[in-house]
Amino acid sequence: MKALLLRDLKLAFRAGGGFGLGLAFFLIVVVLVPFAVGPETGLLTRIAPGVLWIGALLACLLSLDRILALDWEDGSLDLIATAPLPLEAAVSVKALAHWLTTGLPLVVAAPMLGVFMSLKPEGYLWLVASLAIGTPALSVIGTFGAALTVGIKRGGLLLSLLVLPLYVPVLIFGAEVARRGAEGLAVGTPLALLGAVTCGTIALLPFASAAVLRVNLR
Amino acid sequence: MASIWEYANPRKFMSTTDVILPWIATLSGIALVAGLAWGFFLTPDDYRQGSTVKIIYLHVPSALMAINGWLMMLVASLIWLVRRHHVSALAARAAAPVGAVMTVIALVTGAIWGQPMWGTWWAWDPRLTSFLILFLFYLGYIALWAAIENDDTAADLTSVLCLVGSVFALLSRYAVNFWNQGLHQGASLSLDKEENVADVFYVPLLVCIAGFVLLFLALVLLRTRTEIRARRMRALMARERMA
Amino acid sequence: MMPDLGKYAGAVLSAYAVSLAIIAVLVLWSLWRARRVKAALEKVEARRHGQG
Repeated sequence: MKALLLRDLKLAFRAGGGFGLGLAFFLIVVVLVPFAVGPETGLLTRIAPGVLWIGALLACLLSLDRILALDWEDGSLDLIATAPLPLEAAVSVKALAHWLTTGLPLVVAAPMLGVFMSLKPEGYLWLVASLAIGTPALSVIGTFGAALTVGIKRGGLLLSLLVLPLYVPVLIFGAEVARRGAEGLAVGTPLALLGAVTCGTIALLPFASAAVLRVNLR
Repeated sequence: MASIWEYANPRKFMSTTDVILPWIATLSGIALVAGLAWGFFLTPDDYRQGSTVKIIYLHVPSALMAINGWLMMLVASLIWLVRRHHVSALAARAAAPVGAVMTVIALVTGAIWGQPMWGTWWAWDPRLTSFLILFLFYLGYIALWAAIENDDTAADLTSVLCLVGSVFALLSRYAVNFWNQGLHQGASLSLDKEENVADVFYVPLLVCIAGFVLLFLALVLLRTRTEIRARRMRALMARERMA
Repeated sequence: MMPDLGKYAGAVLSAYAVSLAIIAVLVLWSLWRARRVKAALEKVEARRHGQG
């Protein structure tokens, strides 16, 4: 399992591995928003938690097809499937690798981008916390979507169509935590719900992803 | 011994639906015309909503079928995954566009109803929002079927998607309720819920619901027959190419 | 015969018109597709029986 993880991490960090693209996209989206809604600070402050969450979510979405498509194309996926490691574990490792190379950097970058959006001081902690808890779910859900579309040529758009509705609960709870935190309100309920969704998806979705991969590898 | 699984046999399905489909279609037409005419012409206005209450005869049945359509797809997907009956998988595929259309009708009638009532074409009312999300799930499901060439692979993948989607759709429903009302059972803008629907509205509504159920059934049976034929055609053409 | 719909006439009528139109399109499309696929299948089967 560790070997698979290290391999994926190394591939991601290599030139052309796509690391940093998610971050750059996150930055671009956040920069575009004030151009679209106007520079008035009051407005930006109000929408900051939501916009940052959407930026992070879209940045995650962009890199999803890399999780499996490259291995599919060069045949590594067949090898991974026939290896002694259970496919459910392999799929979870792939999701973990995605989170480490895409989700986690977004979490780290979020406070800096919060500055651009005039995020309220109280909001930084909860923005980071909600993203830290929510982005693993985004990776796991994204891996399921990637598994579904792995055999489809140029399936990127279809992947987005399938995954975005699945992202809705995570987005709602995560953005709610960030928003309430920024307002100084109690965050307990959405935080607990977000945590529950993340734990649930991590525990259960790999079984669906593995089943789907087996179908595609037939 | 007759069992419902006999109808999983494509030939049996075709021969049976040959007989019953015309009846179901006719019954559906009668129920729809009767129910809608009754509701439109013969029921009074609501004291609060005026004549817009008449939209209920379209909005409620279509919303019900939007949900039940997805449930039917879920059951059909499960049957495919467990018992590998092709008719079941094809029935799910056939039902999706019908369910999606029902969702659209529910959304459009909801919006048209909402305009005079709330002063806006759209409000992020939890119920309307959940239906919008459901529509997206329908679209994804239909798109996945269309994107995969191999019939069995497509059936398997879309079935799993339907399963996972159902869980997330349910989750979204609660998330959306939470999102729009927080912890408070606030005043719901929902149009059809707590209306203690009086008898005078209720019976024509039931007839309309029956009409929509039969319409859904007729369309799904018709479209499943088409899918069965299409699948057979693809198989024959593949055999031709290999010969 | 037409009930007095009052000020909501536009809303009610358009709701009915749009819904019925959508249903009509769905039904007609389903019937058209059914007919088309049936004809195509019969063509393929005729070819098959012609050869077989």
